[in-house]
Amino acid sequence: MSSVMKTDSTNCNSEIKNDITDHDLSGIDLSKVDWSQLPDENGHFGIYGGRFASETLIEAIQELDDAYKLLQNDPSFQAAMDDDLRYYVGRPSPLYHAERWSKELGGAQIYLKREDLNHTGAHKINNTIGQALLAKHMGKPRIIAETGAGQHGVASATIAARLGLECVVYMGEKDVERQKQNVYRMRLLGAEVRPVSSGSKTLKDALNEAMRDWVTNVDNTFYCIGTVAGPHPYPKMVRNFQAIIGREAKQQCLEQTGRLPDALVACVGGGSNAIGLFHEFLPDLDVDIYSVEPAGMGLDTGEHAATLSTAKPGVLHGNRMYLMADDNGQVIEPYSISAGLDYPGVGPEHCLLIDMGRANAVSVTDAESLEGFHDLCRIEGIIPALESAHALAYVKKLAPTMDKDQTIVVNLSGRGDKDLNTVAALEGITI
Amino acid sequence: MSNRLKDCFAALEKNNKKALIPYVTAGDSNKSITVPLMHRMVEAGADVIELGIPFSDPMADGPTIQLACERALVHHTSVADVIEMVKAFRQSNTETPIVLMGYLNPVESFGYENFAKAAAEVGIDGLLTVDLPPEESEQMSQVLGKYDIDPIFLLSPTTTEERIKRIANAGSGYLYYVSLKGVTGSSILNVDEVSEKVTAIKSHTHLPVGVGFGIKDADSAAAISEVSDGVIVGSAIVKIIENNPDDTDTILDQIGALLKSMRTAMDA
Repeated sequence: MSSVMKTDSTNCNSEIKNDITDHDLSGIDLSKVDWSQLPDENGHFGIYGGRFASETLIEAIQELDDAYKLLQNDPSFQAAMDDDLRYYVGRPSPLYHAERWSKELGGAQIYLKREDLNHTGAHKINNTIGQALLAKHMGKPRIIAETGAGQHGVASATIAARLGLECVVYMGEKDVERQKQNVYRMRLLGAEVRPVSSGSKTLKDALNEAMRDWVTNVDNTFYCIGTVAGPHPYPKMVRNFQAIIGREAKQQCLEQTGRLPDALVACVGGGSNAIGLFHEFLPDLDVDIYSVEPAGMGLDTGEHAATLSTAKPGVLHGNRMYLMADDNGQVIEPYSISAGLDYPGVGPEHCLLIDMGRANAVSVTDAESLEGFHDLCRIEGIIPALESAHALAYVKKLAPTMDKDQTIVVNLSGRGDKDLNTVAALEGITI
Repeated sequence: MSNRLKDCFAALEKNNKKALIPYVTAGDSNKSITVPLMHRMVEAGADVIELGIPFSDPMADGPTIQLACERALVHHTSVADVIEMVKAFRQSNTETPIVLMGYLNPVESFGYENFAKAAAEVGIDGLLTVDLPPEESEQMSQVLGKYDIDPIFLLSPTTTEERIKRIANAGSGYLYYVSLKGVTGSSILNVDEVSEKVTAIKSHTHLPVGVGFGIKDADSAAAISEVSDGVIVGSAIVKIIENNPDDTDTILDQIGALLKSMRTAMDA
């Protein structure tokens, strides 16, 4: 099946309306969706996405949109990016057949997309390279970023060093305390880390503060967002930068197994590693898609960050998306053992995929994710990030329900070095 | 267009005066202070009141308004509470236009139709939704229009000529020109630049243009009133609450005095 469907009048994208009073998509015929035309030209994935930004930011966002449109199909920009992805990041990342683990689970064959082997140890760098090259092209000498666990901050600081850009990273005070190692890494790389003490002092507040910086310094500053959320064109642009994960995985899977995978599994916080894997496979309707969310202490405890599974549409950080908010529309601070999944919203494209039934929202608890973490260490000799361990924990449930000749591709989005303190502390060990 | 806003600006123009428009976050620092504070602001010379709907994540605002939202949210001040406050205010004041200002999510969560209906019933005249630019506001504006509530939009120093036209078309009541790049509570204000931009805006619209961000005292209020139709004062007022959160009398007296000094300087 071709991954690029032709745009024609028979597609049913017009049924994907931007109408908050009428947005039920449960009956849509997925075979008639033109996936290449999502989002629409204004950044809408149905009611999700869009550009819900203060007028003070609109011009800066428009300037970015124009620059990205221009460079998106520019061969020399693409060549520069491909070069960095190959020689600096180390792409393509391997698709690895986890044979022992597959055998132990006794079902489908499990393949790991090894984003953990990228330079800086996670998928985040695929995106920061794209945005930093864009910043450089736009003549912006300064990039700013928000970070939760610190992975996007490190990826931003890394590419800023590589390109000679000034870099300021906003990070909630609580996260600065929890992720000291990444804070030090960013400082080594020449970035300034600014602790954020407003609100709940975590990722969402870091994002607020970065937006404030951007409003104040629009002339010389590029805001490098780390996930597939934010005002249009960020969700689309970050997706496109991350889509290399799925493009490689598809080709590798065809080479190694002779066919497409039966299921894709990835963890979803904001959703950039997941959409990166999923996007290329959207038209391949025989490929099941699982978006794994952090159920924290359990969905019924309220202590979780399973946005797609539990929340309703709301507006924050420049876009409409599923948003964890109370009855008065105030944003709730979510919880997960994994700081990288600890976000109250989720990228707009994910929301649409769930509404249309193209992807399945599932969740695993902290405890389950730790089992996934330890299994991969023990059985495959790979220490995964706690974020990725959520995807692994779901694979552990899914694989045994499938046949031995079926395949699952799971995104191993990052390595676990950063989480050693967290895991050790649970065992009463201080490193 | 709401009659109160239209009448208010018409009367000001007739008397050759400019609008003094204070902002306060509803429920800051507690729910019971807001209505008496609104009355005090009118006594001190306010022509229109912008009443903030608190939000957990006020991205376009600086630390002063963020803290005000946090204080109001300690008491869970909701959209329903804000509407109740206006209802109480209208018991003894049916003249002064009230504009609610905030972020989209609390209003969307309440429901556009529910909000507009309830707001119209208690005499709310306009709604300024900071993160809802005209491009995204079609459904909201339709509902507001049905209940004669003015959608009020922001313009900024970076807004292009083409967008000014679009925004002027989409808005009613008045336009809110943000005088600085940056967030609320920022400092440096250049009156000449403001003057130039307001002139450009007025070449595209007959709507009154209010100017906010960076107006702190009587001098800056007077200077801005020279070049615009109205002066919007937010952080300077909220700062007074921040400094005396538990002292209702001081809050009322100091905010009253600040507005009175601005009124005097603007009318001089």
